Amino acid sequence: MTTTATVRVTRTSRGSSQGRPWEVVIDGDVVDSLANGQTVELPVEPGPHALRIRSWRFLASPELSFVAGDRRIIGFSCRARPQHPFIVQRSIAGFVASLFTRGSWITLTPDEPDPTDVADQTAPATENDIAAPAVAAPNRPAAAGAVRATVPRQPRPPADPNTEPVLSVDRLTKRFGRRTAFSEVSFEVLRGEVFGFLGPNGAGKTTTVRTLGTMIAPTSGAATVAGIPLTPENGVEIRQRVSIMPEAPGLYLRLTVSENLEYFAGLYGLRHPHHRIAQALDAVNLGDRTGDLCGGLSKGLRQRVGLARTLLSDPAIMFLDEPTSGLDPVAAREVHDLVDGLRQRGVTIFLTTHRLDEAEKLCDRVAILNTTLRTIGRPADLRAQLFKDALVIETLTPLDDPGALFGSLPAVESWTSTGTGTYELAVTDPRVAAPEVARGLVGVGADVLSIGEAQHSLEDVYLELINEDVEARRL
Amino acid sequence: MKGLDTNRVRAVVRKELRDYRRKRAIVVTMAVLPILFLVEPVVTIFIVRPTLSGASLSTSLVLPMLYLLLIPTVMPSTLAAYTVAGEREQGTLEPLLTTPIRQQEFIVGKAAAVLLPTMVASYAVFGLFLAAVALFAQPAVATAFFHEGAVLLALFLLAPLLAGWAIVVGMAISVRSSEVRVAQQLATLASFPPIAVILLLAVGVLTPTFALALEFAAALLVIDLVALRLISGMFDRERLVTGAKAA
Repeated sequence: MTTTATVRVTRTSRGSSQGRPWEVVIDGDVVDSLANGQTVELPVEPGPHALRIRSWRFLASPELSFVAGDRRIIGFSCRARPQHPFIVQRSIAGFVASLFTRGSWITLTPDEPDPTDVADQTAPATENDIAAPAVAAPNRPAAAGAVRATVPRQPRPPADPNTEPVLSVDRLTKRFGRRTAFSEVSFEVLRGEVFGFLGPNGAGKTTTVRTLGTMIAPTSGAATVAGIPLTPENGVEIRQRVSIMPEAPGLYLRLTVSENLEYFAGLYGLRHPHHRIAQALDAVNLGDRTGDLCGGLSKGLRQRVGLARTLLSDPAIMFLDEPTSGLDPVAAREVHDLVDGLRQRGVTIFLTTHRLDEAEKLCDRVAILNTTLRTIGRPADLRAQLFKDALVIETLTPLDDPGALFGSLPAVESWTSTGTGTYELAVTDPRVAAPEVARGLVGVGADVLSIGEAQHSLEDVYLELINEDVEARRL
Repeated sequence: MKGLDTNRVRAVVRKELRDYRRKRAIVVTMAVLPILFLVEPVVTIFIVRPTLSGASLSTSLVLPMLYLLLIPTVMPSTLAAYTVAGEREQGTLEPLLTTPIRQQEFIVGKAAAVLLPTMVASYAVFGLFLAAVALFAQPAVATAFFHEGAVLLALFLLAPLLAGWAIVVGMAISVRSSEVRVAQQLATLASFPPIAVILLLAVGVLTPTFALALEFAAALLVIDLVALRLISGMFDRERLVTGAKAA
């Protein structure tokens, strides 16, 4: 039986194997070779040795599953699953074998979801799960790979609204004397959700994160963080279950990357820190920079180290406070990709940002805060709530009498001119209105360049709400 | 200190010691300062006349030993002042406060990381001094010197307690201070009160006896422990992060 699934294998190797191409072998035939960064798409067949990749050195990857049991026992096998296409399970036996052989073997085998995955998602990780689930399951740090294999990216299924929220906030308020940082804020974050917390500077985003991270005591209201009530007595327990990446990564610049992480692993009480550190660094593609002094890293790389630090403790929820602040576009994109990778694996993330493109790209739901919570929902729902359906029309030359034309069309509720020859029409149903408008335009002899549905971005939603606040303050 | 997690304390100590090693200025200061303090006592021992009467000779020998106590008193103050203010200034305090570490663990870990090199340097200098006396001082002076066994014991006993005082005072200032330089200057000043006792001994207001040393040590121990608790209370996460005191 041959499945139609396509496996994309991208080589992102390093170290001793960096310069050598890798052979990709299917059923004994070399079908391709991979240089660093190259991608090859291959059909996948069930059974052992559907795909074999010979390499000099093998490193775990978040998308590949390495388990012992291959009949050659010198390598690893990988099972693809519908929702978690490649679950990583690196076996000690396979790893040891790879140390003594020039070649390692991978087998990719599509498989049904394993019921243990569900358990992996809900059970807190133990410190002893070195080989198997720590890399695989959501909420666990992953190891990046010499080889990266993914099926074409699918949108992650939405968080199940029936699951118990990881974070529940009820009328939370924080005041510093007479100044209110945030007031009466209520929301919930579900397990596996990426929740965007947007707002202008000074809106109270960072203070909210600090409050939920037990660094600041709320003035009033209640919250449950990772299932634990937010009280001063529970501070240590809550901090053990969450991780927070402040806006500045705050690294010890005279220490190396791994020394920084060792320190934090010690503070989280991890008993096998080196394995966790390796996994976390691999997850942010910094496995080859462990010995570098943090002072010598670029800002983007430091941010990655900060992200690795948040992965160390296997948190129930990660708070990322403006993780791309001050980064150049390339570094910001790298961070986006990393967050997106975590998102794909079902890690619960609370992301504060004032970058709307970032929120739109990464978040399942967003909340807009401006001292009080202005709105909350999926970006598409927020757009629908705030903006009527509209058509955008562009003509070569301005219409002679647009009022007469659009006023005569029943599907058009109102219209505005947004530029020379461009008009925005508020309509009840764009699918009904568009043909009617097209006929009308043709009827008056207009040279139509385009007719399309108006697309409102999250930025439009944000500006609409924040401008309302600005206007309200002026009155 | 209920619920102190020794793993977290160890993590703090290990990281601090690594950090010291990487900063050459700290290592050089740690090495040079005690040696400077060694010069005067050694010179004194060599110029003491063995013909002095018993009491005069005893006083002449005890004072250089007390002078050596300046090492554990002065040496840790700048390091202690850096502990919290330094973390805040380099932006590492907030990530640290997001971890499960308790304030007592942080304080004890930081204090231990300052105390360790201080005591290593202090005892090393004490050892050098004793060796110099044994090997190079005039036999009569050396014999008289080693007859002051009680004072020698007090020297070794008081050293960590004086260092403890300098550390807790330095850390208290560090917790409250927003700038490292200010914290370090204030901490150096605040480490001097115990030196007043040494001065009183030097000018003859107090007579150096083992009983006095024990009383002084007991008082210092109580002060150090109480101060350590007070600092833990002062270590308010909210104030450290926002600059505002928790409501």
